[in-house]
Amino acid sequence: MTSDNDRRRGLLGRFRRERSAPPSRGRRRLGAAVRMIAALALAGGAYTLFAPGVQAQENPPLTGAAAEGKALFDVSCVTCHGRNAQGVEGRGPSLVGVGAASVEFQVSSGRMPMARQEAQAARKPPVFTDEQTRQLAQYVQELGGGPIVPEGDLQRGADLAVGGELFRINCSQCHAFAGGGGALSSGKYAPSLAPASDRQIYAAMLSGPQNMPVFGDNQLSPEEKADIIAYIQQTLKADQDPGGFNLGRYGPSTEGLAVFFVGIVALVFTTLWIAGKS
Amino acid sequence: MKRRKLDVAAMPGRTARGLDERFNGATPLRKLLNKVFPDHWSFLLGEIALFSFIILLLTGVFLTFFYEPALTEVIYNGSYAPLRGTPMSAAYASSLNISFDVRGGLIMRQMHHWSALLFMAAIVVHMMRIFFTGAFRKPRETNWIIGSLLFWVGFLAGFTGYSLPDDGLSGTGLRIASAIMLSIPVIGTWVTSAIFDGEFPGTIIISRFFIAHVLLIPALLVALISVHVGLVFTQKHTQWPGPGRTNNNVVGERMFPRYIIKQGGFFMVIFGVIALMGGLFQINPIWYFGPYEAWVVSAASQPDWYVMFLDGSTRLMPAWEIHIPIGDGYVIPPLFWPTVVLPGILVGLAVMYPFLEARRTKDYRSHNLLQRPRDNPSRTGVGAMALTFYIVLTLSGANDVIADKFHISLNAMTWAGRIGLLILPPLAYYITHRICLGLQQHDREVLAHGVETGIIRRLPDGRFVEVHQPLSSGHEELEYAGWVVPKKMNRLGALGPAIRGFFYPIEKPAEAPVSPGHPPVEPLPEREKIGSGDQRS
Repeated sequence: MTSDNDRRRGLLGRFRRERSAPPSRGRRRLGAAVRMIAALALAGGAYTLFAPGVQAQENPPLTGAAAEGKALFDVSCVTCHGRNAQGVEGRGPSLVGVGAASVEFQVSSGRMPMARQEAQAARKPPVFTDEQTRQLAQYVQELGGGPIVPEGDLQRGADLAVGGELFRINCSQCHAFAGGGGALSSGKYAPSLAPASDRQIYAAMLSGPQNMPVFGDNQLSPEEKADIIAYIQQTLKADQDPGGFNLGRYGPSTEGLAVFFVGIVALVFTTLWIAGKS
Repeated sequence: MKRRKLDVAAMPGRTARGLDERFNGATPLRKLLNKVFPDHWSFLLGEIALFSFIILLLTGVFLTFFYEPALTEVIYNGSYAPLRGTPMSAAYASSLNISFDVRGGLIMRQMHHWSALLFMAAIVVHMMRIFFTGAFRKPRETNWIIGSLLFWVGFLAGFTGYSLPDDGLSGTGLRIASAIMLSIPVIGTWVTSAIFDGEFPGTIIISRFFIAHVLLIPALLVALISVHVGLVFTQKHTQWPGPGRTNNNVVGERMFPRYIIKQGGFFMVIFGVIALMGGLFQINPIWYFGPYEAWVVSAASQPDWYVMFLDGSTRLMPAWEIHIPIGDGYVIPPLFWPTVVLPGILVGLAVMYPFLEARRTKDYRSHNLLQRPRDNPSRTGVGAMALTFYIVLTLSGANDVIADKFHISLNAMTWAGRIGLLILPPLAYYITHRICLGLQQHDREVLAHGVETGIIRRLPDGRFVEVHQPLSSGHEELEYAGWVVPKKMNRLGALGPAIRGFFYPIEKPAEAPVSPGHPPVEPLPEREKIGSGDQRS
């Protein structure tokens, strides 16, 4: 018995050691019953305190925009994300605490609402207007806080060279050297950056949508994010490809196709032509 | 003294005579200029490789004037703004300068790269022609071996060249190369240390690759190409079977003047195609890859197409490590099999093939006449099998790009490659074999029964038969001569196709003769359609 107690020396054990003698069997039984009742009462009380009752109001009350957002949410999002955005097992995650940045990215790029459950939500024409997106974002923001995309010019004071270096270190592994996107495992992929706006890129870095890691402000400061956004928008997207048609910038795979489908085909026709003239 | 008149017309002859009296060049030159080349489009594929090699040398010399083969760190301060102020190697900075600051540098770089890709592509296409027509058979086995070695030397030339700009992509390739070397059991670490002068990447690899790329490998290529072409001259060119062509003669055009003019024109066309591609299609945009840093690896990092099959074999290889419990334990990494053993087997098989085939068919005679691919179904099947194997590996080398752009799971692509690599080559063999037999059978049918005329005749008993035009006047079966059998009415006769010209007819077909006694025949008047009568309008 004592050796057993010694072995279980934890926080509780330390209190018990104050006692001189072990309590009698009856007292132990009574104590256990009291503790049981107390625990049940505590759990029940906590439940009644925290669980929303049938007539319970949202707490704290939502602002106007957020209330509009909730109305939209209850029509378009509730099927998968559940009532009060708490998520539905096997269908959609909880949105409490994901922040407005996440909503802005997913909804403004048309990824949400999703067409169907699959490896990854694809970009498509957005379902909601900018105004509605902002209302939805406000609603999710008021549910549990989270990251927000700052207002204003997101490329202010950017350094292209630094942005390029940061892009190659942090982004090119998945989005490829020219931002064209790339494959990940099991049907997942890093999308092309070509259609992404400044705010979407910023929101993606902040919220880490789908398979993308989060690049919070302590990993990439807002200035560094501005550098990266400027590099993507001003160099990768605006560059006029000095070498001519860029073959999709997929690297050597399309170059290999081109040398056969253009070079070899043209020259085989030439051989037919030359040999035909005899 | 009478002044001699200057005879302009006699000058070339006199100059030539003067040269011959001094250098005795006429006899060998006459032999060379009178050399006969048979004419067929497929005999010009090797020239694509030869001429793109010449363009590689020309553009490469231009690039060496501006390229700096050093890994010393510099701060880039050239025209390309998004890299300004970035620390990088002198090699990468000079490559950027070639692309942005040297006049005509970018098109030279792009032409150099395109002609390298074309060189390798032409080698492969030329090799396929040699293989499928049986041109490698005795006495030309040596030239076949030299040709397959040329592919691998070209492969090395391409790889060293790909590494020289020291951009992010080429550094990644170099890292993979060092890993491949490291995977060789026992000697791997020593080989890597010797080549990189220590640990990857070291400071000397670019200088070493530069000398290999501009001196050693081109010298080897020039030597091998000279022997290759020299052997074609001494052993004579193969030819297709046909009227007047035997195993002991060559029917075709003389080197001078026609063949040499054709070749000159062909060189110009190849130069034009490469210049067009260099000017119109961007290749290897090194400015996006950035300077090589060990921690920067882009998605879709691929080698050039002729190396991609090794990338593919690596991607398909399951992670089978072999642990050998000797001493502290020893591991043969899975990388060793697809990147060292597989190319070794491929080289061995390619080099040995002429001897293997001769052994199997017990055919040790000299062959100067080619075979149509259909006439040797097993060889054609083996070729199709090898080609399928290569294509599956090459596609697997780009499987991430294919997966992404065609919305297929990358895992599915990998498994499709693994299964396809085992299933598709035998399937290709079987299908090709059957197609060859079918074509052979059709040839024999035409020889026995004649060309299908498209005229259907109804016999008195009501049967319909198609009228055949026999190829011979008698009704005996004709012998197959190893060459094209006419299968259409307008291919009959010795004159070839009636309308000549490649892109458009160069001669109008003669009008039907009209004799004065007979007026031209009017076309039949349109007849009323005969119907059942219930379709009145």
